[in-house]
Amino acid sequence: MIRLSIPMRQALAKLTLPVLIAAAFVLMLLGKADTFIAERARMALADALAPIYGLLAEPVARLRDLADSTGQVFSLASENTRLREENEQLRRWQAIALALDAENTALKADLRWIPDPTPSFVTARVVADAGGVYARAVLLSAGPDHGITKGQIALDDRGLVGRVTEVGARSVRVLLLTDMNSRIPVILEGSRGRAILIGTNGARPRLAYWTEGVQPVEGERVVTSAEANAFPAGLPVGVVHFNNQKVPEVETAARLDRLEIVRLFDYGMRDLLAPETSVPRPGERRR
Amino acid sequence: MIERTPGIRPRPSLGRRLDIAARCSFPGASTALLLLLAAGPLGLPGQAQLQSALALGCVFFWSLFRPASLPPALVFLLGILSDLLGYAPIGIGVLTLLITHGLAMLWRRVLTRQGFMSVWLAFVAVAAGAAALQWALTALLTFRQLPPGPALFQAALAAGLYPLLAVLLARAHATVAEPARA
Repeated sequence: MIRLSIPMRQALAKLTLPVLIAAAFVLMLLGKADTFIAERARMALADALAPIYGLLAEPVARLRDLADSTGQVFSLASENTRLREENEQLRRWQAIALALDAENTALKADLRWIPDPTPSFVTARVVADAGGVYARAVLLSAGPDHGITKGQIALDDRGLVGRVTEVGARSVRVLLLTDMNSRIPVILEGSRGRAILIGTNGARPRLAYWTEGVQPVEGERVVTSAEANAFPAGLPVGVVHFNNQKVPEVETAARLDRLEIVRLFDYGMRDLLAPETSVPRPGERRR
Repeated sequence: MIERTPGIRPRPSLGRRLDIAARCSFPGASTALLLLLAAGPLGLPGQAQLQSALALGCVFFWSLFRPASLPPALVFLLGILSDLLGYAPIGIGVLTLLITHGLAMLWRRVLTRQGFMSVWLAFVAVAAGAAALQWALTALLTFRQLPPGPALFQAALAAGLYPLLAVLLARAHATVAEPARA
């Protein structure tokens, strides 16, 4: 080690903090200029942590389930009657659905309908929240050689969750549809009107830019639209709900606040870029 | 560091030196561990804010009471860790923590002689400033108007969490993290 005089050492010690603060600014600019480096570093860390978080997630989920079930003991009777009624109702719907399904198959056979290809999917466990203060995302743990690519579509058992934005060796980050950067083309199922679903970082994303002449209706189902080739048509997103300011929002079908297991579908939309890079640069547009 | 101060001590055997090194690295290591834990799957609401509150509280406390164990370079590394775990644009957490460290170093001659209340008040000001700085920088770096709600919550959580954090860290400061007790 180099021996320095005491005043020299003191002067150097005083300089460290300003130099490091300047380095922080450089880091910010670097991170902005080349998002790839930051993303690589982030996914490398996530890869290292995902297995550990995966181990941690299970006991935590079990504890939460235990707390939930102790709370439910007291409402068992009322819950039971409610479920019986719901079951009756669902039985009626099931009969209707079966009849419609049979009719649909018959009609499609008559029309020589080309069926949509069945997408392949993988299932992964949500191991941590990966949103930070100003984003909504989750981290999934995936085994090595998972074959997941950017742009794949994530669904839980009820509906659309979001899209894969970052892929590491053992972990995958999924941007939720409630994130501020999320824009999803949707169809209002009642009126077949098109709209864009805009994430707000809140629990319910907002509907905007719907087709002239149609108006979102409270309780109307919202599904994805195949426009822009970003999503396959008809994935369930949620139902329309007007908030206190009379702004149409969507109550998501997926339970985004307690995601545990997510399916990632490969619809083969390879031409799609990740949301962050999907905006064409000004220079490219002229060509 | 402790070997340089005058006094009568046991022979610096390997075990003792390791013990001293562990006690000296306690502030940095415990902060890093807390950050990793806070980014884990705890299922708590506002966990992202909890993480930044912990980082800020730990760095402020150790910079005030044990700056020798938390040099600026370590604060820089903790900032990078917090940025990577918090999915913020990289560099913002680094800058916030470095400024917090600098302010704590600047005020420590006055603050360490005062009672807990004035330290806490100083920290409340730091937390408010840090949340505002992070909010403004994130908005600038992502070119987006951000809602102020999360930033307010972040400041309030950091301020509210500090007394609890300070009690735990002060106990650690006097026991497991004290090199003189090696």
